[in-house]
Amino acid sequence: MKRIAKIVGTDILRNRIVVVYTLILACLSWSVFALEDNSSKGLLTLLNIILLTVPLVSVIFSTIYIYNSQEFIELLLSQPVQRKTIWRSLFYGLSLSLSISFFIGAGLPILIFSPADIAWMMVLMGCAISIIFAALAMLSSIFTRDKARGIGIAIVLWLMFSLLFDGLLMFLSFQFAEYPIEKPMVAIVALNPIDLARILILLHLDVSAMMGQTGAIFKNFFGTHVGIATTFSILGLWVIVPYKISLKRFEQKDL
Amino acid sequence: MGKTFRISVNSRFYIFIPVLFCYIGFTRTFVVEKNKNIGSIKKALAMCKNGDTIIVMPGTYREGNLIIDKSIYFLGKDYPVLDGQKKFEIVSIKASKVVISGFKVQHSGYATLDDPGAIKVYDGRDVIISNNILEDNFFGIYIQYGRHCVIKNNRIVAFGIEEQHIGNGIHCWKSDSLQIIGNSVSGHRDGIYFEFVTNSLIWKNTSTKNIRYGLHFMFSNNDSYISNFFKNNGAGVAVMFTHKVKMINNVFEENWGDAAYGLMLKEISDSYISGNRFKKNTTGIYMEGTSRIIVEKNVFESNGWGMKIQASCMDNEIRSNNFIGNTFDISTNGDVVLNSFNGNYWDKYQGYDLDKNNIGDVPYHPLSLFSVIVEQNPPTMLLYRSFMITLLDKSEKIAPSLTPDNFLDKTPLMHSLNL
Repeated sequence: MKRIAKIVGTDILRNRIVVVYTLILACLSWSVFALEDNSSKGLLTLLNIILLTVPLVSVIFSTIYIYNSQEFIELLLSQPVQRKTIWRSLFYGLSLSLSISFFIGAGLPILIFSPADIAWMMVLMGCAISIIFAALAMLSSIFTRDKARGIGIAIVLWLMFSLLFDGLLMFLSFQFAEYPIEKPMVAIVALNPIDLARILILLHLDVSAMMGQTGAIFKNFFGTHVGIATTFSILGLWVIVPYKISLKRFEQKDL
Repeated sequence: MGKTFRISVNSRFYIFIPVLFCYIGFTRTFVVEKNKNIGSIKKALAMCKNGDTIIVMPGTYREGNLIIDKSIYFLGKDYPVLDGQKKFEIVSIKASKVVISGFKVQHSGYATLDDPGAIKVYDGRDVIISNNILEDNFFGIYIQYGRHCVIKNNRIVAFGIEEQHIGNGIHCWKSDSLQIIGNSVSGHRDGIYFEFVTNSLIWKNTSTKNIRYGLHFMFSNNDSYISNFFKNNGAGVAVMFTHKVKMINNVFEENWGDAAYGLMLKEISDSYISGNRFKKNTTGIYMEGTSRIIVEKNVFESNGWGMKIQASCMDNEIRSNNFIGNTFDISTNGDVVLNSFNGNYWDKYQGYDLDKNNIGDVPYHPLSLFSVIVEQNPPTMLLYRSFMITLLDKSEKIAPSLTPDNFLDKTPLMHSLNL
């Protein structure tokens, strides 16, 4: 399995798109930190990039990659290798290489320019989002044989998590404005990995706003060790659940 | 040349000597020391007359309530301890022209009906309370019906936990022309409390870690507070129902919490706020029902909300301030704009300056759509910095539809003011 993962990983890392992705991330982060005089402002700019481009690139690239390696998968299937192993090594290769390119592109400048705890949190979240969206891509690509439809599903997933979900959340909060909705809102936010990552980073970064009226409740949950542990395990679930579902389908799929 | 000068000084001095002797001749000094002639303060207080001096030597004096009803100098040497044993009001001043200085006053009684203080002035004039250490008292220094009193360089510490079980550090009520200078207060309910106090000065005090307000101000007209430091108080500083207050060069820091404000203004008019620093507060300035206030040359830095200006405010002028690194610069709850913003520096301003006169060519809308949304519906704070919110804010900036379009600074500065 290690060998297949290694083959997949190096193949992706050599891929032109991933190299460009890394370079663009690097250009953006270095220039953001060079232009902004205070590092927290630079971090906020980067936060937007991480929450927008990283999931987009991860989900679309992974989907396309899986469709393109259809023949490679079929070749492997003709060998005495378990289906589980193939799928798992594909996932490992994808998530590892995407995390590495994120780390090299954005992680290094973040670690160099900003305070350690925020920087690590940001890097961790960037990697987590890369992995989560790689898992989601595997899910979306296993559902249909048609490449265009698969990519369509991937884009819809990205659009939903980064834009529509927040709109829905805002709509709900206005509909139920008369009720004490802080706690239910925290629960609903757990349904969106991007929101979770954003809040965790913000709590480390820009406490001033979150400390406001309702901030206290969120801080009480997300700021504590229990809250952080819960959030991380929810993020973990976001990796495991889509991956497991896709694995199950792959194992039973008639290729 | 030098010689003649010296002679003139000498001759003046000789003239004063008889005057000095007269003065000394009519007053006496009592020294209170344990196991000596005068062993108790009460005894000395009974013996003295107006203008006398009582010097208390080091030691701990548990004498219940000391009533000073003559104009005397009451001085402690090396901070003798006056202990109220948690039962008594410790020093009650019921005369004018009393000076009390150099004591450590501790453990006053607790009573909610007559509010015992460590040092309490009843209807006095020209009382000076200076250089005392007050520790663990219900009320620290309490002045009622005081006129021209000076409270200077006292250190007031208490260890209050609940608002209802602790009094105020410096409590002034129905007084006039007070000077509160260079004191430090912490751990009380309100650090400094003013009610019906007029024409007074609060200068160079430090008020930290009080349970409620660092400074609490009600119905107190024509006062100034200058160069004070307020940090980490439960709810910051509150100024209410007052007119003609001057607040200059104060520092308001780290007042965090649900209802905590750097400076809360309620029903204030004709006042002047200048040169203050608001740093790391949940809300820098909160204004409600204020009118004709000038807010200028202040720095708002790293606050959750720089200013919250409720719709009930009018004719306030906010000019030449720096707004740096606040989550929201301004927020309001209505859509009528009755206040003016001019020549401030906003770090979120993205305009340009073609004629290089340091004034941006495009007006700045300090009110973001998201701040309006959050004002209406606080839980939406959870969406802060979400991509959708950024999109909404950007489109609102270009074409204001939900926020009032005349809520703007027409002359935003390109560079921060040197404040």
